Amino acid sequence: MTKPASDMVAALTGVSHRYGETAALEDVSVTIPTGQMVGFIGPDGVGKSTFLGLVAGVRRLQNGKLEVLGGSMSNRQHRDTLCRRIAYMPQGLGRNLYPSLSVIENIDFFGRLYGQSAQERATRITDLLKSTGLEPFMGRPAGKLSGGMKQKLSLCCALIHDPDLLILDEPTTGVDPLSRQQFWQLIDRIRARRTGMSVITATAYMSEAERFEHLIAMNAGRILAIGTPQELMSQAGTDTLEMAFIALLPEEERQNHQTITLPARKVQDGSLAIEADDLTMRFGDFTAVDHVSFRIEPGEIFGFLGSNGCGKTTTMKILTGLLTATEGDAKLFGKPVGTDSLAIRRRVGYMSQSFSLYSELSVRRNLTLHADLFHLPRASRDARVDDLITQFDLSEVADTMPESLPLGVRQRLQLAVAVLHKPELLILDEPTSGVDPIARDAFWALLIKLSRKDGVTIFISTHFMNEAERCDRISLMHAGKVLAQGTPDTLCQQRDAAALEEAFIAFLKEAGAEDNTPNEELDLPTTTGQRTARIGWVSPSRIWAFARRETMEILRDPIRLAFALLGPIVLMLAMGYGITFDVENLSYSTLDQDQSRESRMLLDSISSSRYFDERPPTKDFTELDRRMKAGDISLAIVIPPNYGRDLLAGRIPEIGAWLDGSNTTRAETGRGYLQGALYSHLGDLSMQESGEIPSYYPATVEPRFRYNQAFRSQYAIPPGVLMMLLIMIPAMLTALGVVREKEMGSIVNLYAAPVHKIEFLLGKQLPYIGVAMVSFASLVVLMLTVFGIGMSGSFLALVFGALLFTAAATAFGLLVSTFVRSQIAAIFATAIIVMIPTVNFSGMMYPVSTLEGGARLIGQAFPALYFQQISAGVFNKGLDFAILLPNHLILAGFCILFWAAATLFLRKQES
Amino acid sequence: MRWITNIYRLGVKEIFSLLRDPVLMGLIFYTFTFAIYTVAHGVQTELRNASIAVVDEDRSELSGQITGAFLPPYFKTPSEIDLGAVDPGMDAGRYTFVLDIPPDFEADVLAGRIPEIQLNVDATAMTIAGNGATYISSIVNAELLKFVSRSSGSVVLPVELRVRAKYNPNLDSTWFMAVMQLINNLTILAIILSGAAVIREREHGTLEHLLVMPVTSSEIMLAKIWANGLVIVLAAVLSLQFIVQGLLGIPIVGSIALFTLGSAVYLFAVTAMGITLSTLATTMPQFGLLSIPVFVVMNLLSGGITPLESMPQGLQNTVQVLPSTHFIKFAQAVLYRGAGIEIVWPQLLATTIIGVAFFAFGLARFRATLASAR
Repeated sequence: MTKPASDMVAALTGVSHRYGETAALEDVSVTIPTGQMVGFIGPDGVGKSTFLGLVAGVRRLQNGKLEVLGGSMSNRQHRDTLCRRIAYMPQGLGRNLYPSLSVIENIDFFGRLYGQSAQERATRITDLLKSTGLEPFMGRPAGKLSGGMKQKLSLCCALIHDPDLLILDEPTTGVDPLSRQQFWQLIDRIRARRTGMSVITATAYMSEAERFEHLIAMNAGRILAIGTPQELMSQAGTDTLEMAFIALLPEEERQNHQTITLPARKVQDGSLAIEADDLTMRFGDFTAVDHVSFRIEPGEIFGFLGSNGCGKTTTMKILTGLLTATEGDAKLFGKPVGTDSLAIRRRVGYMSQSFSLYSELSVRRNLTLHADLFHLPRASRDARVDDLITQFDLSEVADTMPESLPLGVRQRLQLAVAVLHKPELLILDEPTSGVDPIARDAFWALLIKLSRKDGVTIFISTHFMNEAERCDRISLMHAGKVLAQGTPDTLCQQRDAAALEEAFIAFLKEAGAEDNTPNEELDLPTTTGQRTARIGWVSPSRIWAFARRETMEILRDPIRLAFALLGPIVLMLAMGYGITFDVENLSYSTLDQDQSRESRMLLDSISSSRYFDERPPTKDFTELDRRMKAGDISLAIVIPPNYGRDLLAGRIPEIGAWLDGSNTTRAETGRGYLQGALYSHLGDLSMQESGEIPSYYPATVEPRFRYNQAFRSQYAIPPGVLMMLLIMIPAMLTALGVVREKEMGSIVNLYAAPVHKIEFLLGKQLPYIGVAMVSFASLVVLMLTVFGIGMSGSFLALVFGALLFTAAATAFGLLVSTFVRSQIAAIFATAIIVMIPTVNFSGMMYPVSTLEGGARLIGQAFPALYFQQISAGVFNKGLDFAILLPNHLILAGFCILFWAAATLFLRKQES
Repeated sequence: MRWITNIYRLGVKEIFSLLRDPVLMGLIFYTFTFAIYTVAHGVQTELRNASIAVVDEDRSELSGQITGAFLPPYFKTPSEIDLGAVDPGMDAGRYTFVLDIPPDFEADVLAGRIPEIQLNVDATAMTIAGNGATYISSIVNAELLKFVSRSSGSVVLPVELRVRAKYNPNLDSTWFMAVMQLINNLTILAIILSGAAVIREREHGTLEHLLVMPVTSSEIMLAKIWANGLVIVLAAVLSLQFIVQGLLGIPIVGSIALFTLGSAVYLFAVTAMGITLSTLATTMPQFGLLSIPVFVVMNLLSGGITPLESMPQGLQNTVQVLPSTHFIKFAQAVLYRGAGIEIVWPQLLATTIIGVAFFAFGLARFRATLASAR
């Protein structure tokens, strides 16, 4: 097995890989020959994806030695160079695509990432679109493509930089047979054109693996066998690869396997299980289901076949009541869907196409949760759950979280949940995609048992032809319509086909399905030069590639954009008018125990002040107490008996005032107002008596309220609100940036492409700085016009400050995004981490000079404070740029700090 | 019965999901501990640590006496500055107050010419500018009287005004800030947790899966409400006990049990509101943006930070639809003033009605949004 390194695409020595406790690869040593079509086969969860991820460099090597294309993958420089020579297509339909971007925009983005010129991109994109038959659909958003087309598009994106090594992780799983056929034809043509290119792929379809040149069969993190398909078959002594694989498995796994046969069905009495008449479903101008009718008898296994996106899932959702058909009738057990739905739901088990159980609950907990929701008696519940765990071979993973399990195992769990309550009808939406042959057969054995022994009706959709052959009847669907319906044999006879796959392809072609693959020779341009170049310095064009893509995504989501631009305006209006420290209308009540002319004069002069709002007088102290407790009044004034007499006699009567101390600002201000009101009253009194206002003090203090002569919150608060809005909204805009890409899977493009992390971050950030600056402009206009705040300081300082501040805010959002695990945590962290220092420690509400201890430090360690200085400085204080400049410099420092930290936290490889 | 068990079972699941996210749990811990402590401890709305400078153009015994009268903790030691340093110092926010004692001040006072001292106030410091000016005037006045009474008779007002603050005799703002911050953090958390939990379930398809089972939308919503509500109420009550009463040493006169009841009612209303928001936004990024205006308004305009009665009438009426407006009134009455249920029941009732209204609205949209999301 020791060939010279130049013949090797990859060489592994003693490679092991673990995810927490679970081992994915155990001490694997293997070499992969160059220029060949190498296929990995094996059940799910045996380490195929891990293997491919390691070779592609998107996963971090944990143990062992791995050489790819003549260099070690532990060497970062070599990895960086390799990015240009490797293309990686992750598992899952169109997982590395951007659903809101069109076909052409997706490919264009990848071209830009690899630094191709506009002309080079144009030629390559045209060629790729032509050769894959995607040309007619180039303007369609990727999210609206069928599964087959998504995979072709994904392939285009992978081939844009003309790789030497193409790594495909189950590229055809979940794709209809015609598209699958076209996909592999495409790969063959590309290989014919680029003879040096090596392809490594994993597949769940053994029929596909038969056409590969070199196979590596894997099981449980180890390699079972290596060789050509023929070698493997002869080694196992079987006719088909599927059988060969089963034969190669260790004894204990093999013994579970049984050959599937479908016994004849006993016709049952009773009403039909499902009746669908002329079902039609439209979403806007798109018809997903177009007059579909079928009838399913009790105990029948009815198969739904068709390309991805042809309306199978929608039809199933109508039957489960999740969607309401635009036209037509659907009946379950003779009753229209939707009536008495709780009772019907108890008789139906449903399994959706994508994993829809709780990934944060363990396998066992998911099962018990559903058992409880179906109200299985507690005594039998645990037995039933144990039963299912054994039956579906989940015992090893019973306490594992599904998120760390391979697709096939998760599908088994979903099935277990669907049959848990022993339903009479099972609606299964592609239950076996991504499940390995043994598990599929075991599952079918179970389905057949359910159908034949228990009389359960099964409505199932699938891509696998050998599964379709096991159905009593099947229905072939395409573009929302049923092409043909009947037993598998009938359908084969109708098209004179030897096998169902052939028949189906014939039906599809007849219906004019996407057979746009041209027969002309493929003419892919090859890259000249640059192939071994390192990534080099930070490149503006790559930043632009990310920024451009992000901008398009923003523009495609107008609701989000509207929230981002209108939210601040609404908030500015509410906050600008609403936040006020001007104490007015202080509610008070009096307890006048004197009721003299003098006491009434005093109280009248208080009630005439605009600061006070008089409430009905109080009769006694108990009432006073109660009303203050209820918050009805916040000030109580008590005039003692004989007030008038004492005043006239010069005996200095004492007036009592009680303030509600629960709001301290209001209480303090109230005290000042009351004193002022009393002085002015006394002045009036002496004016009447002696004709002059006495001077009680030998000097006067004249307050001069600067920056805000009227001393109105309405002028002082909006500059602070501007600051708050320019940090909260932009930070929230970017906070989901990274964590969402992780959840959606497109983060893999960062791992696989020759880009710097900072390019990715800056590119993601730029469009949001743009959005924030638009918002800034609208808010400034609002302040100048609606609030009538004059801007006396340097406008340039404000604009420049806003730019730096929003850059820091968006960088902070990204930083949060790199270290949180979930989108919820990202939103919450941004809200709470930003809100507290912004509102409390920045000077927006409370002057910074009065802050103490930790609050002061936190305030200084956050950008809000510095833009607050700029905003208040420009709007209220009329300062020029030179005075404010230190704040700008500090804001720039924050940007750099946040970028550095985000770059540090962001990983360029998966673990 | 089925209804109750389903709600219970789904809620237990909800709590498990929450416990599984360590970052989120860490944030909840931070929210109810440090976040409350630093704000309550650091922010003072009463006059404390005010920065003051004095321009002493008189350099007399009296001006020295006045300068020396500004004492901690109310004031930082006054900086003596030149007239020319006033503008830059105030522009940079170094001094909130600058007292300018004119030349020949003492002589004018003694001669009975009633001179004028100018007090420059940074009026952008809304919380302390007004109160500070009043304080400074009274300090100056007291010093003047002290100085003058040595040479002539004292000045006595014909009426004495004795002002006392109830419930918080020293007007210590820590009391106020701590509880308001607790409520604010509770609001943010409740809106985001409940709303985002729904969106996540919708994005992951788990909601769809629940809806094909014999489970109703109201059960799913109520499960989210009780589970998230319970976690937050528990955190809030613990925080009130250990952070507010324990660490910050704030005396709570009212009944904690009544406050807990009120918080539970409030959380019902706020989580229902969060779920309603989640039916208006379809994706997590949209929800994040939609939630900001909601919790910012609830935090800043419900009477917790600035008094309600000072807001424009239209706005005052509008915020009545927010549960926080009623709850803050409730919390202030119970915690600060020791009010009992006989006084605060109208607020409890209002919060409940608002909660039910949001719940009904959210429920009506719950299935509809699911169908349109496809």
